[in-house]
Parts: sequence; C-alpha cells; structure tokens
Amino acid sequence: MGTAIRGLSRCCAPRRRWTLALFLGPVLAGLLGTLLPAFGWLPALGGAALSLDPWRGLLEAPGLARAVALTVLTGLAATLISFLLAMGFCAAAQGMRAFRWAQAMLAPVLATPHAALAIGFAFLIAPSGWVARWISPWATGWERPPDVATVRDEAGLALVLGLVLKEAPYLLLMAVAALGQVPAAQALRVARGLGYGPVMAWLKVVLPMIYPQLRLPLRAVLAFSLSVVDVAVVLGLGQPPTLAVLVLRWLSDRDLALWFPAAAGSVLLLVLVLAALALLSALEGVAAWLGRRWVEKGARGGDAVLLRGAAPALFGLALLASALAMAGLLLWSFAGPWRFPETLPAALTSATWQRQVQAITDPARTTLAVAVLATLIALALVLACLEAESRHGLRPGRRVMAILWLPLLVPQLAFLFGWQVLLVRLGLDGTLVAVVWAHLLFVLPYVFLSLADPWRAMDPRQARAAAVLGAGPCRVFLAVKLPLMLRPVLVAAAVGIAVSAGLYLPTLFAGAGRVATLTTEAVTLAGGADRRILGAYATLQAALPLLAYALAAAIPALLHRNRRGMRAA
Amino acid sequence: MRLRDTSEAVARVVAEKAAGRASGGSVDLIWINGPNFLAMKEQGLLFGPVLDRLPNARFVDREGKPATVVDFTVPVEGLAVPWRMAQVVFIHDAARVPNPLRSMAALAEWARAHPGRTTHPNIRNFLGVTFLKQALYELAPDRGALLRPATESMLRPAAEALWAWYDRLRPHLWRGGRHFPESGPAQRPLMLDGELDIFISFNPAEAAVAIANGQLPETARTFVLEGGTIGNASFLAIPFNAAHVAAAMATADFLLSAEAQARAQDPRVLGSPTVLDLAALPPEDRARFAALPASPAMLTGAALGRPLEEPHPSWMTRITAEWERRYGG
Repeated sequence: MGTAIRGLSRCCAPRRRWTLALFLGPVLAGLLGTLLPAFGWLPALGGAALSLDPWRGLLEAPGLARAVALTVLTGLAATLISFLLAMGFCAAAQGMRAFRWAQAMLAPVLATPHAALAIGFAFLIAPSGWVARWISPWATGWERPPDVATVRDEAGLALVLGLVLKEAPYLLLMAVAALGQVPAAQALRVARGLGYGPVMAWLKVVLPMIYPQLRLPLRAVLAFSLSVVDVAVVLGLGQPPTLAVLVLRWLSDRDLALWFPAAAGSVLLLVLVLAALALLSALEGVAAWLGRRWVEKGARGGDAVLLRGAAPALFGLALLASALAMAGLLLWSFAGPWRFPETLPAALTSATWQRQVQAITDPARTTLAVAVLATLIALALVLACLEAESRHGLRPGRRVMAILWLPLLVPQLAFLFGWQVLLVRLGLDGTLVAVVWAHLLFVLPYVFLSLADPWRAMDPRQARAAAVLGAGPCRVFLAVKLPLMLRPVLVAAAVGIAVSAGLYLPTLFAGAGRVATLTTEAVTLAGGADRRILGAYATLQAALPLLAYALAAAIPALLHRNRRGMRAA
Repeated sequence: MRLRDTSEAVARVVAEKAAGRASGGSVDLIWINGPNFLAMKEQGLLFGPVLDRLPNARFVDREGKPATVVDFTVPVEGLAVPWRMAQVVFIHDAARVPNPLRSMAALAEWARAHPGRTTHPNIRNFLGVTFLKQALYELAPDRGALLRPATESMLRPAAEALWAWYDRLRPHLWRGGRHFPESGPAQRPLMLDGELDIFISFNPAEAAVAIANGQLPETARTFVLEGGTIGNASFLAIPFNAAHVAAAMATADFLLSAEAQARAQDPRVLGSPTVLDLAALPPEDRARFAALPASPAMLTGAALGRPLEEPHPSWMTRITAEWERRYGG
C-alpha cells in the first residue's frame, strides 16, 4: 500500500493528465463515433460516403416531432420544478426544524437509484396503485381501477414528477453544500435587520451568493432530464416515447440500417441539450439583470406567508412520495395475493424472494462487483489528484472542472453509441472491464465532488505537525490524512457505489446487453412482469446503495467511538 | 443474457458480421421466428442446416405440425430447430365474462358494450400485430392471399375490411385505444387488477401457468375463435459465428428430448405445447405426456383446433406500417 501510494504520488501532474485521458478518451471518441454515422459514415455497415440520408431517415420517422416536443417539455419542466422546489424550500424553511428533517431524508433518497424510485412511484400512482387503493372503494366507488393513464400519460406528467423526486433533493443537497461555504446566516441577519422579510432576504442576499455553485449541478440536472432513458421507460409513454428512448429502440432493432437515423437522433439529442443549456444561460442573464434591478429598488416586505407554508409542504410531499414508493416496492416483494382495491396484501410471504433467489443472485453480484471496482479505482485516482494538489499547491482550473463534468453534461446516448462501436473493435464489448470503465466516467466526477471540499478544508497544521515530527509525505498521507478523512472518504465511496448501482445506459452499452445488473434487469422487468418480482429486483437495487451509506455512517462511528474530536459535527 | 427482444440478438450478430467477427461471436443460440428468422436466413447469418444432425429431431411432427418446417410461409430448411408450438388464444376472466366470444367481430361488439375492458399489445410487439393478423383471417375476402406476398391489389380489400373493423373497436379499447400494453405479459397484471377482462395470448397454457403463479385470477379461462386461430412454432437457431456450436447443438437437442418437451408442456412449468409427434414416441416417453396434469384454464388438442398458418411476413410489415401511419403519429 505504502509503495503504491508513493508511486501514485511521485509524478502527480502527469497522473492527472492520465486520469483525464482515461476519462476524456471514451467521451470524445464516442462523440466522434456517433457523429460520423449520423452523416452516413460507418464502413462496417456499408456507409462509405458522407451523406444526409440518416437525417432524412430521422425526420421521416413517424412520431419524431411529438417525441422531440415531449423530450423538451418534460426535460425543461422537470428541471424548472426541481429548481423552484429546492430553492423555495431553502428560502422558506431556513432555520426551521423542517430543514434539518429534510436534510436527514436526503441521503436515502439520493442513494436510491432512479429506476427503483421510478418503479416504486409507478406502483404508487398507477390507476391500480397504492393511492387509488387507499381511497377505494369507500371514497371513490371504484371496485375496479379507473381507466385513466396516471402513469405513461400523454403529457409526460408522471415522467416529470418521477424526475423531480430525485432531482429536487439533489439540488437541495448542492444548495446545502454551497450554503456551508458562504456566510449565509450573517448576511441574512444583516438583511433582516435592514427590514427585509425572511424569504425576500434569502432571495436577495443568499441566493446570489450560492447560485454560482449551483450552475453546474443545475446543468447536469437539465442534461440528465432531457436524455434520461430508464425513468422514461418506466414512467413515460411508449408511443411516442421520448427521443432518447426512440433512439435506443432503433439501436436494438434487427434492421441495422436504423443505426444511421439512430446516430442522427443521438446527435439531435446532443443539439437539444446544448440548446437547452444555452437557453438556461440566457435565462440566467435575464434573471441576473432583473434581479439586480429588483435588489437595487430595495423594496421591503417578503414575509411570503404562502410560500413559507407551501414550499416545505410540497417538498415534504415529494420526500413522502419517495418513502412510500420504496415502502411499496418492499411490500410488493413480500406480498401474497394482493388484488385491487385491497389496501394491504392479504398475506405476507417470502415466496417471491425464494423463487427469485437464484435468478437475482447473479445480477446482484455483478452490480456489487462493478460498483466496488469502479468506486475503488475512482477513489484511488481522486485521492492521488487531491494529494498531488496539496503537495504541489496545484488547484484545478475551470477547464479541468468542466472536463470532470463533461460525462454528466453530454447526453449519455450521444457518446455511448459511438463508444460501443469502438469497444467492439477493441474486443472489449460485453466485458466487465468495459462496464467498469463506463461506470468510472460517472462515478469519478461524483467521488471527486464529494471528496474535494472536505479534503481541501482539512486543517493543514496537522499534516505539518506530523512532518515536523519526521514523517515523510507518504506516512503523513497514510497515518494522518486518511484517518482524519475517513468519514468523507467513506461517504465518497458510498456516493460512488450509489451512482454505479443506478447506471442503466452505460451498463447496457458497454455490457453489450450481456452484463446484467439489478438496474438493467429491473428496467427490463418494468415492461410488465409480475409486480412482486419487479418489487424484489427494485428493492435489492435500492438496498445496495443504502447499505453502502449505512456502512459509511457506521464505520467511523464505530472506529471513533472514543474519539470525541472525530465525531460528526 | 437477458434481451428485451429477439431482434436485439439478431442486431448483435449483424453488427458482429459488419465488424468482421466471423468466429467467437457473442451469441450461441437464438430463440427466433418470423421476420427475425427470415432476416437472418436471407443474410446468411445462420449456421447449418442443423436440424437433422440432432438425434432427437426424428420425432418432430413435421406432417401434423407443418409450422415446424415452414415458418411464416418461409421454408426453414433445417436452419432452425423447432422447440415449442404456439397458438393464439384469448384469456378471459370468467367471473366477468362468463361466455367466451367466438369471433373478432363479436369482440368488437362486446367491447362496445364493455368499454375499456380489452386491449391488444403494442403493434411494435409481435403479439400486437398478431392480433391484427388474426382479425385479417376473419375479415379478408380471400384468406388464401394471406399466404402469398402482399401485393397492392390483394392488400387493398383486406386492409379496408380490417381498418373498418378496427375503427369500430379501437375507441372502446383500454385507455380509449390510445395507449397499449408494451407486451403480452404486461396484460396479466392488468387483468389481475381488474382493468382488463379479455386479452390475447400466444400460449394456450398461459392462463393455467399464470393462475398457478398468482399472476392471474383463479377465474381466468381460455377460448379460441370459431374460424380457428393462428399458430406457429418457436425455433432455436445458431448464428454463423457462434463461439460454441457443439454446446449450442447439444442444448437444442436436449430441448427436443421427450423429457424436456414433457416438462415444458407441464402447466406447472411453462405449459408450452410440444413439437413432437406423440404417436411416434416410444411408449415410456409417451407416458410422460399422458401423466401431465390437466387444468380447467388450459385448452389442449382438439379444443384448440388445427392452427391457421402464419400469413406471409410481408403482410405483417405492411400492416404494421399502415397502423403506424393511421394511429401512431
């Protein structure tokens, strides 16, 4: 271990370059591999000349216009609602007990994979779902489920809500992290002293301070919402689907000629995301200009009684829906016969788990292996980079940070498609190596973002004291920094495992459909299998990251049970 | 590996051929029929002929079950191994629909009286198109034309009758005929919840199997139509570049064995009707089939009737495209 660390840290700047190559390679090569077929170039499939035929094929596809409209509307709506909800909650619930409660609820919601939450949410709000069962038949008179599309609806409402359940808590978490870095409480006190109501004070003083740190997360949410596949498969309409789902459907068609319009569709998705990002920047400009004038006018008031009640209530409702969704998954997996409109299953049984144990073990093991490997590699790289930073006084520039965010901002489909072609060439498609690599692209940024701030905030005097006592840099790293950073390192690892366990498209593409994880299995089953089996898969899918979070909390508490200074703040 | 659709496996083989991978392919054995089989056969993507290299193939009932040698009017020529029969049936919840319906026309009438209680899988799904093809058999002026490639002159009268019927039916389907379940199995939870009373299936034993698994109500029963229903065989095929040909052939041969076939036909397992000619089997193997339990929810033998042949694949392609044009946009 010691030598490994020494080796890692010896030439740190090149390491970082290497990290970036590992990272940028697939994205850039993948983008190119998507762009060329979009203009007719894919010699392996007989596309030997550049042409616009793929675009013609794309434009003539039935339902394309509606798919694009649905994609744009649901993506923008999910992002906007998530942002308003998170900011409204921050502004309204500051200093309230609700704020701490919500914060405690964030980790489990964020750890739960998108697909599992979407499946649970569908169980909740479907016409035959839990909500309908609670109010039937005594209040509604429904002896049978109503013939109304509450999931897979035409407007994509269920899809938007399913995304908001995950994205609003994510933005809140980012806001909380940003709040910790600015003198928010102080500024608020000053503003309140100048006669501003609490909500208006927050909007005028605190929001402008934390917004710069929310810019990238907000963009990631926007890009993700526009290009998401698993949630759209579970909660979205099948006909027409969103653009990303439509493209994926073409890619899995036996008619390989459809790969060309699919490539064009992936590029179109990229263009949509870029346009949406540009729109966001423009809106930010307008909002900043308007906001500055609003602040300068100095209007007082802003008790915003309605908002102070509504925002926490709505946010609480979203958290409650997530909790119920997860409870529903668990209940279904243990349910005996459970017919509509029975509120609860007639009997609980472990029969489903017993029948599925054989089938579920393999994907569970694969999920765990991929998650642990990707997370360990990411941790090693991130620690090496951070250690290099502190030893050489380096600080990543904006460009490096932008590269780190790249896989989160580029639609997955746009580069995974091209990258898969490359993997086939390398003979790596469908291997564990390819899947771990693909996961690394998404795990690494989150591990870095999770670990960088605590690491940089570490009191340098302790390392210095150790050095004065004669410890070499390597010993300082192992004996002082790592133990001090045990909690953040474990949290970062849990984040990495949660991210990996939830990845759908990267697993599907790099695994060439042959590497089955709990996520790919659950999404496949969501097509209409037995809800009890689906419940079992989704429960296990969610249990894995939750377990990782629990361990990340328990291990330091156990190790530091008699170190008062090391306890959580 | 788990695939959402056979076409994904076909796409993979095509991609490997395109990438120049002539051996060591990632797919060893594909469950295939219809257009997927035709596509692979036409593009020379299949290994074989294999059928007669398998010892158990001699018991396949090629006379009595012609679908084992002709798949959707396309001669199989031993390039694929039939391993189970399939036939269109309708599953109804007898507690809500006591009397089986006898024709597609009657289904439209029933739907008008019971709006929202029946549906068909998405037309992109093979069972969804099969629903339309089943109606075509009843409505087309010339049934024989369905076995030949669809030409404009044959298509027009048949299509007119089909869409006239469908336009009568569609508004009364589940969700107003605007959305459809994504697959056949996706209809089961809908019946269990009470959303659907009747749905189409391609497995005569589906109701029996699903009742045993708690996926359908105890009152689920099966019926077929007066004019007969479409039947076909499921095949296994080995891609030209399969990495483990011998193992794939051994697997296919095992699936053809009387032991495996009888187990597959057991409604407590899969309920898949056998491809074998029971009369040709040695007595001890025949006894395996005789020992299978009967279920009131399942139709067998004579009750199913002799299956109708699958129409020529061009009909499926044309009808799917036309459906997309009329109702998909």
